Amino acid sequence: MNVKEYVVVDHVDEAYQLLNQDKKNQIIAGGAWLKLSVKEVNKLISLDQLSLNYIKEEKDFIKIGAQTTLRDLETHPAVIALDHGILSDAISNIMGVSIRNLATIGGSVMGKFSFSDILPVLLVMDCKLYFHHKGEMDIEEYINTRRLDRDILTHLVIKKNNRKSFYKRVAHTALDFSMINMAITYDNLFKISVGSQPGMAMLCKETMALLNKNDKITENLIDQALKIALKELKLSSNLRASQAYREVLVKAYLRRGIMQVIK
Amino acid sequence: MKIKLNINHENKIYEVEPSEFLLDVLRRNNYTSVRRGCDNTSCGVCTVLLDNKPIPSCSLLAVKADGHKILTVEGIQEEAHKLGKHFGDEGADQCGFCNPSMALTVYSLKLENPQANDDEINQYLVGNLCRCTGYVAQHEAIKKYLGDQS
Amino acid sequence: MKIVNHKTPSVDGLGIMKGRKAYTDDFAEKDSLIVKVLRSPHAFAKIIKIDDEAAKSLDGIEMVLTHKDFKRNAYTRAGQGYPEPSPHDKFVLDEYVRYVGDEVLAVVGINDSVCQKALDLINVEYEVLEPVLDFEKAIDNKVLVHPEEDIHEMFPIGFEPKRNIAASYHMEIGEVEKVLKDCKHTINETFYTQAQAHVMLEPHTVNARMDYQERLIIYSATQTPFHIRRILSQTLEIPLSKIRVIKPRVGGGFGGKQAIHGEMLVAYATYKTGKPTKMIYTRKEVFESSYTRHPMKLEISLGADENGVLKAIDAHVLSDTGAYGEHALTVYMVAGSKVLPLYNKVDAVRFYGDVVYTNHVSAGAYRGYGAIQGNFALESAVDILCKKMNMDPIKFRQVNMMKENETSPIFAIMGEGTEGTAMNMETCKLEECVTRGKELIHWDDIYPFVEKGNKIRSVGMAIAMQGSGIPLIDMGSASIKLNDDGFYNLMVGATEIGQGSDTVLTQIAAEVLMTSVDKVIIYSSDTDLTPFDVGAYASSTTYVSGNAVFKAANELKDKMLDEVARIFRCNSSDIEFDGVDFKSDDNEISLVEFSNQITYSEAQKQLQVTSSYVGPKSPPPFMAGFVEIEIDKETAEIEVVNYVSVVDCGTTINPMLAKGQVDGAIVQGLGMAMFEDVKYTKKGKMISGDLLNYKIPTRLDIKKLTTEFVDSYEESGPFGAKSVGEIGIDTPPAAIANAVENAFGIRIKSLPITAEKILKMKWEMENEK
Repeated sequence: MNVKEYVVVDHVDEAYQLLNQDKKNQIIAGGAWLKLSVKEVNKLISLDQLSLNYIKEEKDFIKIGAQTTLRDLETHPAVIALDHGILSDAISNIMGVSIRNLATIGGSVMGKFSFSDILPVLLVMDCKLYFHHKGEMDIEEYINTRRLDRDILTHLVIKKNNRKSFYKRVAHTALDFSMINMAITYDNLFKISVGSQPGMAMLCKETMALLNKNDKITENLIDQALKIALKELKLSSNLRASQAYREVLVKAYLRRGIMQVIK
Repeated sequence: MKIKLNINHENKIYEVEPSEFLLDVLRRNNYTSVRRGCDNTSCGVCTVLLDNKPIPSCSLLAVKADGHKILTVEGIQEEAHKLGKHFGDEGADQCGFCNPSMALTVYSLKLENPQANDDEINQYLVGNLCRCTGYVAQHEAIKKYLGDQS
Repeated sequence: MKIVNHKTPSVDGLGIMKGRKAYTDDFAEKDSLIVKVLRSPHAFAKIIKIDDEAAKSLDGIEMVLTHKDFKRNAYTRAGQGYPEPSPHDKFVLDEYVRYVGDEVLAVVGINDSVCQKALDLINVEYEVLEPVLDFEKAIDNKVLVHPEEDIHEMFPIGFEPKRNIAASYHMEIGEVEKVLKDCKHTINETFYTQAQAHVMLEPHTVNARMDYQERLIIYSATQTPFHIRRILSQTLEIPLSKIRVIKPRVGGGFGGKQAIHGEMLVAYATYKTGKPTKMIYTRKEVFESSYTRHPMKLEISLGADENGVLKAIDAHVLSDTGAYGEHALTVYMVAGSKVLPLYNKVDAVRFYGDVVYTNHVSAGAYRGYGAIQGNFALESAVDILCKKMNMDPIKFRQVNMMKENETSPIFAIMGEGTEGTAMNMETCKLEECVTRGKELIHWDDIYPFVEKGNKIRSVGMAIAMQGSGIPLIDMGSASIKLNDDGFYNLMVGATEIGQGSDTVLTQIAAEVLMTSVDKVIIYSSDTDLTPFDVGAYASSTTYVSGNAVFKAANELKDKMLDEVARIFRCNSSDIEFDGVDFKSDDNEISLVEFSNQITYSEAQKQLQVTSSYVGPKSPPPFMAGFVEIEIDKETAEIEVVNYVSVVDCGTTINPMLAKGQVDGAIVQGLGMAMFEDVKYTKKGKMISGDLLNYKIPTRLDIKKLTTEFVDSYEESGPFGAKSVGEIGIDTPPAAIANAVENAFGIRIKSLPITAEKILKMKWEMENEK
């Protein structure tokens, strides 16, 4: 990676202006994987002095600054308490501790990695993103919007819920990117998402709809729901797994997850 | 540009390029115990402690480390000596390339969770690859080190 | 024994843990110029034109090296004894590039970014050629990987480059096809093993400088410093006496550093400019531009009689050596010679086939060295045969496998590249290994499988053998000298790469001299200061180098006794030495006093002995590997619950380090069995060339390893030892394949064994019904 100039800004607005000044200007959050995606940078804009590294617990929600490291998130009691620990659980499976001490939640969200272990979990929580210019954006809208203007993510807000939850990632080894991952939250209503399809994470809305309009969750109903899930998901093949195998994994683990959360 | 680092309790000022990573700045300033294994955060060999927390120095820009406290294994000699003794006793010494980074990460684990059980030790150290030992003897040595109150 | 076979911490671990300078790059000159290589983007191409004028005149660039700068001396990069059994088919830089990652040219400059700028300024015009990427279509392919005339074999190895054949081999004992025809039960199966990457944590590193004697001093992370010195001298036409190669601590090799890597260009650049230079491979270069394991196709036929006695083995093997023929024949032969003798009671056995060139990354030495590939095929085939005959797989092995004091005619026929050496198995504890392993894994409680909810638990096993150095070829030597203050220096050529040779050899010397390990200071692998040793490969260090140390230490002890006899005016046979004191009936002198006296005061001389050893045979270590797995019924995900290894390697000089060798090798073998796979695009570019995409087992992937050694004493080895460096890697692939079949009735015949492969086969079988 070739960086011409490293700029530490004092104000978010300054970062926003610089970012939009030149296509070759980039934001550096933690920077853990920056060199993997970017080769030539004119101005590398640091957010380190913007006081965006915080976790604030309020009565009904948690406000998380974009510069908060994954490790800080993972170990914070308020985050562990969210939905029986689903977010903390998912984060703790990402790479190793040292990367999680460098990578930030902002970088992870803005990276929009299709293999992300975080995005499918945020989808099944009540999560809103806050951008300097765009303002508030629901996490689902953010994921589904293809082209976004260059903007600075300042913080996330996650509603405090205590729902039953299920998170599963399937990978060849403990450190590998997943072949598939999925997240479920349940409080008599299901929220189900699947990611690493290998494409981007998405909510299984039709599957959720079928399950949520029934009082009793039977084996039969789950069978039907899985059929719908396979139809609405966008499973395909890549280096790590074939589409056919991903279908097996989705069927097996969505079923097990649904059974687990309704217990 | 100039950066100020506190390395192993000593204040240092280095002239660095904006694209330089902490690993290379450390190595060219004679902290040769910090080494490069993979260059993309996959192996753990380049781990140093930044404000007492393990980070991959191959992927931290030196400019971002400005103003922070860094520990390499040269800065935790007593702990490294202790861990080294346990490694010797358990037969965990093989090529040694991952050892200094292991010492730093294990020391950080000791600070965070000295009562760590088997699972917690493995979870904490999963990002520190070893190709030589098959992990078994290392694990025994690390458990003994964590329990070593001397 | 007080030190050998006793728990002994390594002699060097503590300093390394504490971060002392130890590895090759730690010793590079501060002002070293960087040598950076432009690597081919094409799997096969001819360089038509190189436009490097802009690069040459770039500030900070010292030189640009192309194939025009080098005399065409064909050589092999393989670190092997001379003359090498590998073809001399490589030039320092060539006008052909034969794989994606091959060297096109090199620049030498003041730092990495100037070098990168220079490379970006160079324009290379290629004639892109159609590559050979399917090793099953390589023979007689219209495309020749090596069309050039000036390459050659050093002695007949079946080298036919005009047919894309790097080497070939054929051996038959008895009449295999005839015996098979008469067998009650026969099977014929084909197996495939993949290319595996070593992933040693230290990338290949080398640096060089000229000293004030105008000699080229090289520090290299290598397994074979003496071979490096010779290859550099022969290829660059620099007198051998002008080159010194020093091997510092090496961060892992596993065979991947048993060949020349960056030394050639670095040596040349320093020799030409007089300035220090260095090269460190990026991890990408380690994957794409060093070596992989030889992928193989193995067709196995087995025949047994009605009593389950194995009568014939037929093995037709094809090996892919990639763009260059390093280790082509020798790895190939080991796939037979260190696997087939396991079943030594057959009436007939045949092993034949070819090693072909393709435009893949060059395959080379890798722990196991053919034995792991051959073992996967044979031990899988044996279980398939057992299933067909309805015979218990352990019983079959107990009936048919090698036993102590037996032999196999294969030993005399198959050496490493040449004929072998007949030998009896003075020690072979396979029976004990199998019985003990069966017990430790609770085989009878699980075999073939038990159901546990939505999981299935099953067990599988395999037996294996390896070698202890190459008989009549591998030479190791040791020098020991006595210092004042009663301590010793031990100088060995033997190459410590993390396998513990420095510690083990120190222990052997200390045991002979009856002193403590801290009183024997070892220095190894310096072509000027240490006596010759072939290097760390073929599991030779404990047995071959160890025997040299054993001899030298005994000879030094005799010399000391002779001198004390002179002082005591008696016969040396009248003197008792316990390592600390010399005592006769009338006289006594401590070692410390004696050493000071002989250094400073009276009849002063330096007591030093150099001794060498070449093995007349290579007593194999043996082992039985047992695996317990848990498979998910629905997803076929496999979890390794326990891997039991019971090993016969004679005396374990250092029991904990020996266990570490086995444990580490088992995990590396499990990596090949289940997780690792070098992958290429259709155009021959490596996709898996970084650690984000090529995954080795982590500490969360291996649940439990149980490793034991059986009582065994090999007379010909130092204190009864055989070697142990490689044997651990051989059994996991077959053990896993066998366990999967025991669980599911599904036989996977290609590596790695993955959940997806299992399900795919399951669906195919269901469709056929």
